[in-house]
Amino acid sequence: MSVADIQITEVGHDDHHDDHHDQGFVSKYIFSTDHKTIAKQFLITGIFWAIVGGGLSLIFRLQLGYPDMDLNWLRPIMGDWITAAGKLDTEFYLGLVTMHGTIMVFFVLTAGLSGTFSNFLIPLQIGARDMASGFLNMLSYWFFFLSSVVMFVSLFIETGPASSGWTVYPPLSALPQAMAGSGLGMTLWLISMALFIASTLLGGINYVTTVINLRTEGMTFTRLPLTIWAFFITAVIGILSFPVLLSCALLLIFDRSFGTSFYLSEIFIGGEALPNMGGSPILFQHLFWFLGHPEVYIVILPALGITSEIISTNSRKPIFGYKAMILSMLAIAFLSFIVWAHHMFVSGMNPFLGSIFTLLTLIIAVPSAVKAFNYITTLWRGNIVFTTGMLFSIGLVSFFISGGLTGLFLGNSALDINLHDTYFVVAHFHLVMGSAAFFGLLAGVYHWFPKMFGRMMDEKLGRLHFWLTFIGVYLVFFPLHYIGIAGFPRRYYSFTSFETFSGFADLNTFVTIAAVVTFAAQFIFLFNFFYSIFGGRKAPANPWKSNTLEWTTPRVPQHGNWPGAIPKVYRWAYDYSKPGAPDDFIPQTIPLSHTPESNLPHEGELAKEEGVESPKKEKDKVE
Amino acid sequence: MENTASIFGTGEARVRSMNARKFALWLFIISVTMVFASLTSAYIVKKSEGNWLIIEFPELFNITSVLIVISSISMHFSYLAARRDNLLNIRLGLVITGLLAIGFVVGQYFAWDKLVEQDVYFVGNPAGSFIYVFTGLHVLHLAGGLIFLFVVLFKAYTYKVHSRNLLSIEMCTTYWHFLGGLWLYLYIFLIANN
Ligand code: HEM
Ligand SMILES: [Cu+2]
Repeated sequence: MSVADIQITEVGHDDHHDDHHDQGFVSKYIFSTDHKTIAKQFLITGIFWAIVGGGLSLIFRLQLGYPDMDLNWLRPIMGDWITAAGKLDTEFYLGLVTMHGTIMVFFVLTAGLSGTFSNFLIPLQIGARDMASGFLNMLSYWFFFLSSVVMFVSLFIETGPASSGWTVYPPLSALPQAMAGSGLGMTLWLISMALFIASTLLGGINYVTTVINLRTEGMTFTRLPLTIWAFFITAVIGILSFPVLLSCALLLIFDRSFGTSFYLSEIFIGGEALPNMGGSPILFQHLFWFLGHPEVYIVILPALGITSEIISTNSRKPIFGYKAMILSMLAIAFLSFIVWAHHMFVSGMNPFLGSIFTLLTLIIAVPSAVKAFNYITTLWRGNIVFTTGMLFSIGLVSFFISGGLTGLFLGNSALDINLHDTYFVVAHFHLVMGSAAFFGLLAGVYHWFPKMFGRMMDEKLGRLHFWLTFIGVYLVFFPLHYIGIAGFPRRYYSFTSFETFSGFADLNTFVTIAAVVTFAAQFIFLFNFFYSIFGGRKAPANPWKSNTLEWTTPRVPQHGNWPGAIPKVYRWAYDYSKPGAPDDFIPQTIPLSHTPESNLPHEGELAKEEGVESPKKEKDKVE
Repeated sequence: MENTASIFGTGEARVRSMNARKFALWLFIISVTMVFASLTSAYIVKKSEGNWLIIEFPELFNITSVLIVISSISMHFSYLAARRDNLLNIRLGLVITGLLAIGFVVGQYFAWDKLVEQDVYFVGNPAGSFIYVFTGLHVLHLAGGLIFLFVVLFKAYTYKVHSRNLLSIEMCTTYWHFLGGLWLYLYIFLIANN
């Protein structure tokens, strides 16, 4: 009880900081409440899932690229999912696609990305000892872990994992007799997602609370790095949209397990009418996409935040349009809640409604474009330092643009009649969301690895990894546009029986080869990552000459992050190459009154109000 | 606890100082609101598609509504007592609130009975299923509130709730008012859309 009795009135009294500097192994590495450890747990779990999710996609890519291949060599791992004739089981194909989508969207790019970087960077960049609640934070990870275990187990059960796509549309997902994967596999999917939602909400509530309440002195909202803004807005979107997925899933659970008819009506299976009457599968789509569309921004915004930070640092220039970046993120957050029906243009909706959603959808392209332009203008005439993190950030911008453009086509309700559910959509979201966010994740790892593990990753291997992956991604996903325009529907096991498609067989083979090579290139990263944790060159305190607060901590920050007092903040995070300044960067901890040579007129005024006594004394403190 | 302050240095006032727990509670309330907002929207969407039943709501809902409103008042009474260090009234208010809440839950249960008598079942036309989902989920959240209430009551009996230690009772009161408001919203929503 005593813990709960304490009122937090000052930062130093944060009650979850009963510090045990000699923590045992379990409380230090497993059930840790330290945000840095939790971030690493999210990262490692995310990497694990990325390997699994990527591996699954290779299996179905083999089927698509080489429909005649004898897959018996996969029998040792996949057992009876490879039929006696050496073919991939048709229903398991759908299971693979479903699991690939679920894993990538939720486990890798939501938990792996937000979980890692929100946890790691929020306290470090706002100047806090830890998250508002270390305990809830730990809980958030372990809910994710449980959810992962359940989802993983579902891959190995006899009836196969959920198979109705990552969007789990009923009636397919609601009726166990509809397909094998809609039995136990679907039940496990729902359990896993419920746990996942709990994890996301716990995490999100913590992130928002921390950003609002635990900023260090001087860290006003307009001095926050854009990473923090992005994580903050992402968390707010999550708090508003994941509960809706919960209600969506809840009604599905009732339909499946209790016999209600929220999503079901007038269905015949095997010539027999089901008793369910009065429900509507379209209702599910509305609820699902009310989360589903914000979810794509939950995935991309953190990646964009990371990119803002890395591009500005490595262009040695202030980010172009700081306020515009914040405003466009806020606009995206708002708009993302009112465009969901663009996923439902062909669900039989009123064409007038369709045109309204077309309009809203095209409006969201505006703030997205603002962000893209701001990245380019930041790069423009910068003193670019091509670190691996920077390369991946630039790659992200490239994918975000090339994938975003196709969104404009899809957003037209008339064009979408042709394009919906084809490989064109697959190409669109793999570029704009999948690859872009994945590159954001990698950029973040390369950039903050020195702070996470106190060592540097190898830059040569990093560059090799970048080029193989960057080219590979385009080789894999660009051809899918053509295949999509040619009319290939998504989620088909095989196209060999369609005469019209035979001309594209070679292209499909090509894509598969590119996918295998790109996947293989990721092992360069894995080697680099795990090797550098133990054998990397020791990192300097501020390897990228960056302004943000995390680089003022010791090489490997301990529990509590700063050994002494928390640094104060006197300026925004983007004073790079400021005219008049001796260095090309001025960390946020340097008071304006110490830099009279580079202060702008209004900063000169602010400097007088800082109340910093003798410049000399302050300087000792900073260093 | 106090010694940790010295290890982490002192005198670091933060930019804004709102109690982190209270803030987190508000975020939690927002996410619960989103669950119910989405369910009631689903109700409207479903209803507009037709194939719908008109249902007569049990009178009992009126009575339970009154109960939950009174429980909000007694909860607030208890909170005010805590501010004035009136230890006896804190407990009195909490106990009354708890009893009223239990009365509310029992009332909702009998209201379900009444629905069944009218042939409105959980399994059947969504018009009926939705009522069960709304009431059921609300009671589930109320159960969470009851546990919270018992924790505060326990604290009140161990002299840990008083004018300089208001956090727990303050948060409980906030959540309790939210639960009451939520029920009124659901009930009025159902009546208005029938
Ligand atoms: C320029 C702004 C964008 C527009 C106008 C746009 C438009 C669309 C439209 C209309 C669809 C539905 C196509 C169909 O199913 O027929 C779609 C699908 C999709 N979009 Fe976008 N999009 C944009 C940006 C994004 C971004 C930034 C992301 C993610 C970060 C994203 C992720 C997705 C995903 C995942 C799908 C497919 C979902 C599925 O059916 O499985 N989009 N987009
Ligand atoms: Cu969308």
